[in-house]
Amino acid sequence: MSNTVSRRSVLGKIGATLAGVLALPVARTAKAAVQKVLVSTGAAKGYDPTKHKWVMAIDANRCIGCGLCAEACKKENHVPEGPYFRTWVERYVITKPEPGSGAARGETLVDCPEGGMHGFPPISVPKDEVQHSFFVPKLCNLCQHSPCVQVCPVGATFDAPDGAVLIDPKYCIGCGFCIQACPYGCRFLSPITKTAEKCTLCYHRITRGLKPACVEVCPTQARVFGDLKNPVPDDPIQHFYQNNRVQALKPHLGTEPRVFYAGIDKEVR
Amino acid sequence: MTNAVTNVVLELAPHFEGYVYPNEATQQPLWSVLIVLYPYITGLVAGAFIMASLVRVFNVKALEPVYRMSLLTAFAFLLCAPLPLLFHLGHPERCYEVMMTPHLTSPMAIFGFVYAWYLMAVLLLELWFDYREDFVKWSESTPGFKGILYRLFTVGVTDISEPAVKLDHRIGHILSVVGIPSAFLLHGYVGFIFGSVKANPWWGNVLMPIIFIMSAMVSGIALCVFNYMVLSWIRRKTVDMKCLDVMCMFLFYALVIDAAIEGLDWIHRIYSAEEGFQVMQYMAREKLFYTLSLGQVACGTLVPLLMLGLLQLIRKRVPELARRRMYFASAALIMVGVLAMRWNVVIGGQLFSKSLRGVMSYKMEFAGLEGWFMGAVLLSLPFIILTVFIKLFLAEKPPGGQVAGGSR
Repeated sequence: MSNTVSRRSVLGKIGATLAGVLALPVARTAKAAVQKVLVSTGAAKGYDPTKHKWVMAIDANRCIGCGLCAEACKKENHVPEGPYFRTWVERYVITKPEPGSGAARGETLVDCPEGGMHGFPPISVPKDEVQHSFFVPKLCNLCQHSPCVQVCPVGATFDAPDGAVLIDPKYCIGCGFCIQACPYGCRFLSPITKTAEKCTLCYHRITRGLKPACVEVCPTQARVFGDLKNPVPDDPIQHFYQNNRVQALKPHLGTEPRVFYAGIDKEVR
Repeated sequence: MTNAVTNVVLELAPHFEGYVYPNEATQQPLWSVLIVLYPYITGLVAGAFIMASLVRVFNVKALEPVYRMSLLTAFAFLLCAPLPLLFHLGHPERCYEVMMTPHLTSPMAIFGFVYAWYLMAVLLLELWFDYREDFVKWSESTPGFKGILYRLFTVGVTDISEPAVKLDHRIGHILSVVGIPSAFLLHGYVGFIFGSVKANPWWGNVLMPIIFIMSAMVSGIALCVFNYMVLSWIRRKTVDMKCLDVMCMFLFYALVIDAAIEGLDWIHRIYSAEEGFQVMQYMAREKLFYTLSLGQVACGTLVPLLMLGLLQLIRKRVPELARRRMYFASAALIMVGVLAMRWNVVIGGQLFSKSLRGVMSYKMEFAGLEGWFMGAVLLSLPFIILTVFIKLFLAEKPPGGQVAGGSR
């Protein structure tokens, strides 16, 4: 046998590479199909996640801090009692600077009693010392590069094709790595199921044509929800993008959140 | 009544300053003492193995008396390394999924494979090739249960002709060479589990794997010094001072590199003073004062550095007894210091909110899965296993009265 490269072997290798490239989309489709059958998501029967792209946006200018959203979420999703929240509302109070201090702003005080579920007590600083005060609803930021998905050792948490970041509770081993990796504090280890839990955008509702519970109960429409793949006439989410300059939380971490905020401040983390 | 008491406990226990995200306001950190022990035990394994490799690969003849003991130490601790991790899981019965369907972008997913590789392909094989000749001899000369045990360990390979034994040594050498990068991988990888968390400024750090590797080497060598001295004391044997001097020389140099890298890490943090620096400064000054400033820096690094450094300079002028005591104190302090370092990394990283606006407190409970008692049990377990190993494989008098194969 000579050591020269034969035409047959080169053609064989090119053929194998081509076959590999062609097999990729097939493999992806197969993976999606397997996921559909095996993964428990609470989606409606016949729901096709590839035909939607769900997203939520927050107009903090509208939020009055009533906390109905946090309460509705707890009830709708049977979130355990205690310090466990899939969504919550924070109150920011930025005080005026000391006169003559040369500072533009005073202190930033943040609170969130019981996730804001039952509203907020009166502000502890006298009214005339407050420079700004506003509420910020928080939820899963639906990151495009989710660190929580990246670190899950078994792949129990995953990016659904429709934009939701979900957890398969039958698969999660409860190691807590995703909770450590989420920069926004949106996950918790359920004391009941011993698995990680988070906002699913009320997946059991949105896959049946309903809105997430928090959006449904918000009296001021501070939470805007929509499907980017199926815009409706007068789509609130399109209105939100057109009418606001938006911000994302902790953009320096490169997680590329898909939840955009209008009307927040640099102090919001 | 019960309700009232429970309520009081719930109100008293969590203690926060500033603002923490509502999901962070739990009574104890998500990863607590068990996850402190996991990198500690894994590090001891890697360090003890490197110690053994100094003999095999780098041919440091003076360390031959501790070669087998270092390997057995690494093995005993490796058997216990995944236990804290396993007990900590919400669903330990699903742990096999990490190996059945690993998610390849996860730093934790590969642990099962790295662990299995290190246990099965490196340590177990190296030990077997090293002991095979002795197993054959001991199985012939030892009666009773022990004899059967040794016969089982030979796995039926009873050829102890000169070429066969030579081959054993060669394979052992190759395994040792492969073992060094594997030990680095095992522990560097544990460092990466923390270093990869960019959400946490205390952890997300490119130096983390290197810091973990170096502190692992330091703690592992210190453990070997500690074990060797304790074993000699129990057996009323005189310590081989040449061996101890060389061990502690390596311990000193490893500690110098470790301290330099950890110092570099802090200098970088202080100089760059990125987002979250204020809260980290507060942590170091207040929350972790005892474990960081006193435990890790003063007792675990500076005092041993001074003692070991001094002995490098004026070794010959210090009497043997004083030298032994200084070595022993240094090794013990270093082991406590590295445990404090693991605590500072794991618990420290969870004592401040990711909102960077508040800090939490943590009081360890006594009983329960994440308590003092469980921690003490898990930390004692490898020492108990090691005692059994030493009784079986490093007996004072060779089994059956025959001369064993020496140190190697």
